[in-house]
Amino acid sequence: MKQTIRPKRSLADDIAGYAFISPWLLGFIAFSIIPIFFSLYYSFTNYNILGKALFIGFENFRRMAHDALFWQSLKVTFFYAFISVPLRLLFAFFVAMLFNRGTRAIRVYQAVYYVPSLVGGSIAIAVMWRRIFIADGVLNATLAKIGIITDYSWIGSPDTAIWTLIILAVWQFGSSMLIFLAGLRQIPREYYEAASIDGAGALRKFLHITVPQVTPVIFFNLVMQLINGFTVFTQAFVVSGGSGDPMNSTLVYALYLYQRAFKYYNMGYSSAMAWVLVLIIGLMTAVVFKTSTSWVFYESKEGK
Amino acid sequence: MTEHRMRYIIKESLFHIIVIALGYVMLYPILWMFFNSFKTNAEIFNSGVLLPSSWKLDNFIRGWEFNRSVSFSVFFYNSFYYTIISTIGAVIASALVGYGFARIPFRGRSFWYACMFLTIMIPYQVVMVPQFIIFHKLGWINSFKPLIIPQFAGVPFFIFLMVQFIRQIPYELDDSAKIDGCNRFSIFSRIIFPLIGPAVITSTIFSFYWRWDDFLGPLLYLNKIRLFTVSLALRMFSDPMTSTDWSAIFAMGTLSLLPVLIIFLIFQKHIVQGLVTTGLKG
Repeated sequence: MKQTIRPKRSLADDIAGYAFISPWLLGFIAFSIIPIFFSLYYSFTNYNILGKALFIGFENFRRMAHDALFWQSLKVTFFYAFISVPLRLLFAFFVAMLFNRGTRAIRVYQAVYYVPSLVGGSIAIAVMWRRIFIADGVLNATLAKIGIITDYSWIGSPDTAIWTLIILAVWQFGSSMLIFLAGLRQIPREYYEAASIDGAGALRKFLHITVPQVTPVIFFNLVMQLINGFTVFTQAFVVSGGSGDPMNSTLVYALYLYQRAFKYYNMGYSSAMAWVLVLIIGLMTAVVFKTSTSWVFYESKEGK
Repeated sequence: MTEHRMRYIIKESLFHIIVIALGYVMLYPILWMFFNSFKTNAEIFNSGVLLPSSWKLDNFIRGWEFNRSVSFSVFFYNSFYYTIISTIGAVIASALVGYGFARIPFRGRSFWYACMFLTIMIPYQVVMVPQFIIFHKLGWINSFKPLIIPQFAGVPFFIFLMVQFIRQIPYELDDSAKIDGCNRFSIFSRIIFPLIGPAVITSTIFSFYWRWDDFLGPLLYLNKIRLFTVSLALRMFSDPMTSTDWSAIFAMGTLSLLPVLIIFLIFQKHIVQGLVTTGLKG
């Protein structure tokens, strides 16, 4: 792709440029920059929407360290994100490998496997999900058919409730699968042919051609989905009826933050929680980026 | 038939059997909800059969009117209103901003473009509380303004998509339009915009999906039943404390998924392309 390089910058360009990006720029200032500064300020106050905001230093953060529910929500969220995201990517990659072939039916299969990703974020699915895993739900009815009779409530038991949310997330592997499939199809056929001539088997080809070629895509998806995993809200809110129950086993971080802000109106405390979340996401992203040099393969192509 | 051919056929059939079986398991929850919308409540939980014994439509009527004062006509109207206005705003703004970033060499361009990407990394939870307080002070609670107006600033993912598309358009087109006397805006509206159709369609579809499914926004800002979107209404309808009429809930749940599924069937190709170009989650 070639672009004409225009070395001289003119005032007319500046005016036109800022005019075109003005919707975003204004929105950025009004809905991101200003709120971010307010949020930072609130996190050091005891603001509760009714009274005046009183500066209390690091009190919110100190309180957080002694808040059992805060730690519980962190535990739940880490568990949720670090199990659901790798599982989903693994499924997506496995199925993409399976679909990376010439059959015409693949297009239909692809579409069918994508449907859960399409509807998975909706309230209808979250509401229905509850009905699958409750004591007299469809899962136990199916189990009864194969002889396992139980009235165990998967949603109502603290040991399994979070797993229903994890399954809901993994079930939506279709969008990652489509992205991986596109990545797999871009691998030049010659690589495999050359490897075959050199006598490489299927496993060697997979490990030395397929995997290195798709790691940049896996990497990008890992980062984005971990961020999404850490901020999961809607599903936990609907499946647990807004409470994070049973016994706070589905009290994900964003749900606890929401409760603090809009149930108890601890705006200061919830702002402080939001910044801890930023810190966690930032650290996690940094770790993934740092380690990525050892496992993400970048082609040294010029001018890309 | 040679042994080789035989092996091929067995391998192929095995592939299709496994893929179809797994596909059935994946679609089962959705099919279950769909068929339950036509069953009686007793049938849903007593029969293990997926298909209803007779197709009843009265679930839809009961569900539509479940709330005595406000029916699903209002909820669907609200959802369509919120979704369509937001989508129009988001897509047009994103195209404008995308053109600015892709084509105009103004000072500070790369800085602002980097800022845009940075906002993707910042979780909504950070701005949620201050935004709520600002909108509260503006008296915008219980209106669609806090939900719609931010969309008119454009959406980073769509802007990125537009930039990618515009960069592929040769500069010669801009230059010849300039010679013909077009200004920046008419170059954008007459030359560029018609050429980025796929990016516009993809953004429109994803915007529609995200707004239609949006839950946290309406939960924060819409507290009157008359303003509820379909998502909020479904959640109220299915409150685990009080709800019992599951076939009616499933009927409304099924209806709420219809717009999403219809768009998917029509625009499948664009959706796949959008996913692949931006790597965004569907």
